[in-house]
Amino acid sequence: MDEPQIYTRLVEVFHDVFDDDSIEVTPQLTAKDVDGWDSLAHIRLILTVEKAFKIKFSTSEIGKLENVGELVKLIKARA
Amino acid sequence: MNAFYSELQWLPRAPEELPQRLKALGNSTGPLGRELQALASYSHDLNQLTKLAKAIGRARADGKSLDPLVPFRLAVLSNSTIDMIVPALVATAARHGVALEVIQPSYDQVAQEALTPDSKVNSSKPDAVLLALDYRALPLKLTLGEREASLATVQGVLGYLQALRNGIKANSNAVCIFQNFAPPVEPLFGSLDRALPGTLRNLIGGINRELAEFVLGSGDVLLDVAGLAETVGLADWHNTQLWNMAKFSFSDELIPLYADHVGRTIAAIRGKSKKVLILDLDNTVWGGVIGDDGLEGIQIAQGDARGEAHLAVQRLALDLRQRGIVLAVSSKNTDEVAREPFLKHPEMLLKLEHIAVFQANWNDKATNIQAIAEELSLGLDAMVLLDDNPVERGLVRKLLPQVAVPELPEEPAWYARTLAAAGYFEAIAFASEDLKRADFYQDNAKRVSLQKQVGGVDAYLASLDMTITFQPFDATGRARIVQLINKSNQYNLTTRRYTDPEVTEAENDLEVFTLQVRLADIFGDNGMISVVICRPGEAGVWNIDTWLMSCRVLGRKVEHMVLREILKHAQAKGIRKLAGTYRPTDRNKLVIDHYARLGFTKVREDDSGLTRWELNVEGADPESAPMKVVSQGFAEAKEKSIA
Repeated sequence: MDEPQIYTRLVEVFHDVFDDDSIEVTPQLTAKDVDGWDSLAHIRLILTVEKAFKIKFSTSEIGKLENVGELVKLIKARA
Repeated sequence: MNAFYSELQWLPRAPEELPQRLKALGNSTGPLGRELQALASYSHDLNQLTKLAKAIGRARADGKSLDPLVPFRLAVLSNSTIDMIVPALVATAARHGVALEVIQPSYDQVAQEALTPDSKVNSSKPDAVLLALDYRALPLKLTLGEREASLATVQGVLGYLQALRNGIKANSNAVCIFQNFAPPVEPLFGSLDRALPGTLRNLIGGINRELAEFVLGSGDVLLDVAGLAETVGLADWHNTQLWNMAKFSFSDELIPLYADHVGRTIAAIRGKSKKVLILDLDNTVWGGVIGDDGLEGIQIAQGDARGEAHLAVQRLALDLRQRGIVLAVSSKNTDEVAREPFLKHPEMLLKLEHIAVFQANWNDKATNIQAIAEELSLGLDAMVLLDDNPVERGLVRKLLPQVAVPELPEEPAWYARTLAAAGYFEAIAFASEDLKRADFYQDNAKRVSLQKQVGGVDAYLASLDMTITFQPFDATGRARIVQLINKSNQYNLTTRRYTDPEVTEAENDLEVFTLQVRLADIFGDNGMISVVICRPGEAGVWNIDTWLMSCRVLGRKVEHMVLREILKHAQAKGIRKLAGTYRPTDRNKLVIDHYARLGFTKVREDDSGLTRWELNVEGADPESAPMKVVSQGFAEAKEKSIA
């Protein structure tokens, strides 16, 4: 999958998980930029990403994610 | 992961526009609670359930009434993270008619909350407390091979659970819903873990047994999580990575299923479990269509693969009846024809005396189910309809949303299991009176006359996006045309049987007008469902030699659209009059007034019951139905070139 494809699907995931169609998904986006992105929502986000892209992350990978850009890098490597 | 369970496939798929429908909540005329229940009654994943729960929360915060949902306050005590489960519980409870409020104390405060009189849980005076513990919360010690020590461990755990219960009972008198325990996936020895005292598997097995016995006697309620985990598979139930990361007791993918089981349990506590199973007959309770296939043709025999699937449905219905569920029938058939297998087929397990109300007629099922409910003096929300036909399922869901209608897969082998898995008849207690409940309805297969029509049937049919396709006979359709001509008994005006060569002859005869009719709708292609043959009679007259239709598409005005197509071609060929005949048989009483309904005039009636009818082509304008018409392959152009 190339990055534009990943972002297209990722935008849908964000809108679904946070129930907010206005979220703009950029590489620099982090948890503090989005209302309701707490640790639980983070888990729901990761689980939804795993299902949407049919991939699985390891515990340490999830722990190290700083922003959306890093998440996309991970997805690109796996999907 | 078994998708049948994780996706709750007995529930219809959620509509794409759920977010929009959630935003539009409260704008419709009906009560809000009813709307919420309808929205909750689809198969939703965790994200959608979370959205629905938020919408319910918003409605509550705005002070809106959630009637007619029944309020219930549930406190949840757990050693695990339940934050993602709580919204699923709230949204799913709406599916079961309950407006759920969840009291959620701080993480892992089980004993403190149960035993402290003024704890958050006890002060909130919940209706029930769900003890959602997993095996990691229990004081378990491996005592390999030590029988006495193992028994003591089991008793110790029971004592702990009872202490929690006593604390709750003393301080808030709430009902205790005990979860039992799904053992960890991998054993220590292998098969020996089961038998050897003191292994985890053995200890947990003992605890589950003792807990079940305790609950049966104490008036508390058991939520059989061990059984649920077994059903989906322990390996899919557990997710060690999620436990490590966030202390989730079980896989997030099973949260919707778990929530449904909690929902059923709460509904059962509130007396809202379903009480009546309404059965369709054709292709549900037997394979095939009794009206067309006859007693010899329907499949219910032992040893016949298809027959065994339907027998399983009958067996389940009988078992349900034995535990107090009332059985009824709603079938699109002539009454006498529908009763035949119950009276005469040697392999039928269901007999008429098992059926409280027996509705077999050609009216719509919503009206019939309404009549069944009134006759039994039970609410529509006590009813379940088992029907293989997606059009019928859609109609009842649309017009009578309180009736539970499970989705059924294509393969009948899964019907019985789907009905059982849906859990409509969940019970938390069983008394000997239940055994006799079905008899109380004096099962005499009562036939109830229909009073008021349920509205909305026409609008529902219009929503089916039907396309009707007309073609003359051709080589491609011939096999099916011959089959229909020789197999149709009920909707068949003259019951003339033709062989393949005779059908080919009609196909090639320029003087004979033939029609093969196909119908497709939103649920799929029904294939060829009607056949017409018109032969030239006196000058300017077409005799309708053959007119037959599949009963599956009755009630949709297909026959009116067929007449419109016949008239179109008759007019183009200069035909002035159509002449039709009804030749009565012991199977086709259904169509005795077919021509009357289409506006024909009766011109003759014999002693035998044979009737002849006529319709002038000029000025004839039969009703039209909301369907797209495709007319192709007709040789009008050929005609012109010959002239």
